[in-house]
Amino acid sequence: MPPEAVTEHWGSEDARKQAAYLGMWVFIATEVLLFAGLFTAYGVYRSVYPEAFRAAQLTMEVGLGTLNTFLLVSSSILVALAVHAVRGNRPGLGGALLLAAALLGIVFLGVKGVEYSHHVREGGLPGDAYRFAEVPRVGASLFFTLYYLLTGLHALHVTVGVSVLTVLGVRSASGAFGPSYATPVELGGMYWHLVDVIWLFVYPILYLS
Amino acid sequence: MSPPAAESYLSDGRTLWSWLTTHDHKRIGVMFLVLTLFFFLVGGLFALALRIELLTPGRTIMGHLAYNRMFTLHGVTMVWLFMIPAIPSAFGNFLVPLMIGARDVAFPRLNLASVYLYVLGASVTLWGMFEGGADTGWTFYTPYSTTTGTAVLPVLVGVFIIGFSTIVTGLNFIATVHTLRAPGLTWMKLPLFVWAIYGTSIIQVLATPVLGMVLLLVALERVVGAGIFDPARGGDPLLFQHLFWFYSHPAVYIMVLPSMGVISEAVCAFSRKNAFSYRMIVYSTLGIAFVGFFTWGHHMFASGQSIFGSGAFGAMSMLVAIFTAIKIFSWLGTLYRGSIAIESPLIYTLGFMFFLFFGGMIGVAYSTTSLNLHWHDTYSVVAHFHFIMVGATVMAFLGALHYWFPKMFGRCFPAKLANSAAVLIIFGFITTFVPQFLLGNMGMPRRYADYPPHFQSLHVASTAGASLLAFGFLIIAAYLAWSLKYGAVAGDNPWGSDGFEWRSASPPPTHNFHVTPEYPTGPHEYAREEVPHAA
Repeated sequence: MPPEAVTEHWGSEDARKQAAYLGMWVFIATEVLLFAGLFTAYGVYRSVYPEAFRAAQLTMEVGLGTLNTFLLVSSSILVALAVHAVRGNRPGLGGALLLAAALLGIVFLGVKGVEYSHHVREGGLPGDAYRFAEVPRVGASLFFTLYYLLTGLHALHVTVGVSVLTVLGVRSASGAFGPSYATPVELGGMYWHLVDVIWLFVYPILYLS
Repeated sequence: MSPPAAESYLSDGRTLWSWLTTHDHKRIGVMFLVLTLFFFLVGGLFALALRIELLTPGRTIMGHLAYNRMFTLHGVTMVWLFMIPAIPSAFGNFLVPLMIGARDVAFPRLNLASVYLYVLGASVTLWGMFEGGADTGWTFYTPYSTTTGTAVLPVLVGVFIIGFSTIVTGLNFIATVHTLRAPGLTWMKLPLFVWAIYGTSIIQVLATPVLGMVLLLVALERVVGAGIFDPARGGDPLLFQHLFWFYSHPAVYIMVLPSMGVISEAVCAFSRKNAFSYRMIVYSTLGIAFVGFFTWGHHMFASGQSIFGSGAFGAMSMLVAIFTAIKIFSWLGTLYRGSIAIESPLIYTLGFMFFLFFGGMIGVAYSTTSLNLHWHDTYSVVAHFHFIMVGATVMAFLGALHYWFPKMFGRCFPAKLANSAAVLIIFGFITTFVPQFLLGNMGMPRRYADYPPHFQSLHVASTAGASLLAFGFLIIAAYLAWSLKYGAVAGDNPWGSDGFEWRSASPPPTHNFHVTPEYPTGPHEYAREEVPHAA
């Protein structure tokens, strides 16, 4: 949430901060529930088609998935350091760290795009478009549908997160934040960690078996 | 006291623009009130068309396909465009900050965004209606919803967008109640309406995303043949039902918990007593919000889910009745030996209590798996949930509208006319829905435009009741519209209520309070003389 003049509306700056934090946590809860529907579908169909899911999973590019995990976790560390830097009155450093984290997010999306292009070439497409000769259709097409839904929705979140981090990074570099006003950086950081944590669940269920 | 027009949120900027760009929770509440009332009218007209069609066996005014679309649009409009936002977004927005001594909600701009999200979602839904409408029922069950040729997609997208409006409103209330209570206003002094809105908000933020996801999946199923719910592609349509009811059963409590909050306020105000058991009402509110998440399977007794699952879901559903009973006993205890004022909000309150009790007890019978199968998909189910949604929620909505009308607009309405209209509404309601229980028990299925002739007399009774209801609503609309301009000036507290919202002027100034109020006691602590017990 962008800053707004403190009015008598807020009893104190603390209450205002607390509201912003609480709002973010509630938002994070809704995001978790949003993904929960897809995780449930994944669990159900994995138990219905264990072999097909395993066969489809073995065609995933574990190397690229692991690289992406590494990228996201690293960017999360950078964001955590950025929050620390802004709180410690070094907004310039914080801004640089945020922009670096956003850059890693962009690389993540690039790697994801490479993976998608491989799937498209092999015919590992969602729903009716599925024509992957290596893995028979029944069950595996559901795996790929869920793969696209989970990673696609996640990539959408990464895109939003990258934009947020970029804006925060530029503003931080121009000195908009400091120890007395770090809330936007903290909230943006929370969102980015959420994106990271969701990936930490998406990655093992899709790539590792 | 200054005259109401002098300085209030209503006179602070009179242009349309000042309303469209307002951050004032009171104006946002009023906008939601107007919007939801409009859709209540739309949904009500659909309902009347349905009742007219059912007046005679065979075709009366529309064919089967039109009937299917009509009941779908009735359901979609009433559930998502009226019932879910009605009390939380309209009255909740107006009252919660006033009740907790705050100047506004925690995130005023998000609050305004929720209005626009609602308008956008409603417009997309309306567009879908003009495109021919969906014919799936409001539940969008697969595989029909993924194969029918009607305009399901815009309706899905519209409801999806409205979901965001709901989430934003809920998020806002949670943050508001946590962080903006006036100094000294502790949790256990909060008005019960605030507790009800708080419980509702928790359901809204946790359940609505799942609805969003399931609607998205149905949309993808239609657009790209995703196959998640399609047996031909390896999917399972029952997964849809599980995900859908995971939202939509708690959504019943999104609709009914705020009404319980309204009733808790009205009972106290019109019996001049504090709640018989404040804490029990609070705990049962949270209990319903919690248990509501574990009862969804009772919509699926006939779907082939495991017997154990059905039994567990049935038992969990009965727990809701216990929490509800706690509330009903507490309201009765409040009324007992109170100083009762028979005003229209109290009449709606009494109607609410009776209908909630009646509909709720039948709900307990329905959660018994063996009995449920007899009634499954019959008109009894229609009657049961209308007892809760119309009998309880709409009664509470009307009660709230009457109780807080002077607060919102600074005018009184003709009391005797309002009392008569309330009685008319209650009788219209009974006449509409009691015959539907009997019809269902005799085997009349829901969602059919046609029926054998021996059902006709009960259908005629039901349609007659619906006409009474419509007539009652017209009267209410007429005198409230008249009172907006010509009603007697209400003064700050025409009911003499000790609810916290009455501590500001009526209508309140833009900033709600000139001085932050103090809260030495809870709400409705009427200084009353002890009535000596009869010797």
